[in-house]
Amino acid sequence: MISGLVADYLPILLFLGIAAFVSVAAVALSFILAKQKPDSEKLSAYECGFPAFDDARAKFDVRFYLVAILFIIFDLEIAFLFPWAVALGDIGWAGFASMMLFLGVLTVGFIYEWKKGALEWE
Amino acid sequence: MTEIVFYLFATILILSAGMVVASRNPVHAVLYLVLAFFNAAGLFLLIGAEFVAFILVIVYVGAVAVLFLFVVMMLDINFVDLRSGFSRYLPIGGAVGAVLLAQLVMLGLAWKTDPQLLSVVQAAGADAVDNTRAIGRLLYTDYFYAFQVSGLVLLVAMIGAICLTLRHRKDVRRQNVDQQLSREIADVITVVKVESGKGVQL
Repeated sequence: MISGLVADYLPILLFLGIAAFVSVAAVALSFILAKQKPDSEKLSAYECGFPAFDDARAKFDVRFYLVAILFIIFDLEIAFLFPWAVALGDIGWAGFASMMLFLGVLTVGFIYEWKKGALEWE
Repeated sequence: MTEIVFYLFATILILSAGMVVASRNPVHAVLYLVLAFFNAAGLFLLIGAEFVAFILVIVYVGAVAVLFLFVVMMLDINFVDLRSGFSRYLPIGGAVGAVLLAQLVMLGLAWKTDPQLLSVVQAAGADAVDNTRAIGRLLYTDYFYAFQVSGLVLLVAMIGAICLTLRHRKDVRRQNVDQQLSREIADVITVVKVESGKGVQL
């Protein structure tokens, strides 16, 4: 017996299953079918002298972090818009004004970050 | 069918949560965390909380996990060194974990649901309003102040992040369009009459 909700999302579930199968098959088949001749020279440095495998972690500019934080804040703002858009017919003008005030507050922040030059990359 | 899907999601969730702690590479740990978020979203879908499930995917997978990756990549920490004291911290860490586990088990054993509450829950479920709409009906009008305060919290977070991290470099030349457009010929070009045999003095 398939309940209502699982039946609604059955296509997505099937899609997940196919995606998992394809990704596992791609890795497994290339592992099985490809010729493998391990050699220590394959892992050694090339002529340019850089090590072929190194730690990817390095200190980088804090500005990337600022962009990520600003992205999260506007992402959360969008999250508030979904139930508002669905229920706008029920909550009427009061709900509309409430959301406009919310968006106004965040627009103040947006203008601040624009004027501060936080969106410029230099 | 629902049970199979539940146990599938729950098993992957617990395994990937374990791998978050156990994996050696912190980047792998964050990726396992993303897998755990996805499976938790699946569990939320199974109990009918569609809105929470998709917000979990959008906000946690899309934004928070990316930020975790940023932090992991940005901190230039040697994680092998951090793990070196494992056996030394095992007794006290194990003791704290055992106390927490005991408390959780005691809470689980002592948990009793009020029989009156069950009928309330069922009544809410039988309303046939999907929960995105139910949240929307309440959040923007009945919980007006909490909603506006959340907007202010986001504003403070935005301004705080800018104040803490924004540095203008002095050595970088920026384009100033106004300045470019308001340049006059007289400001940049001078015509000099050169007398023969004397050269030019600027």
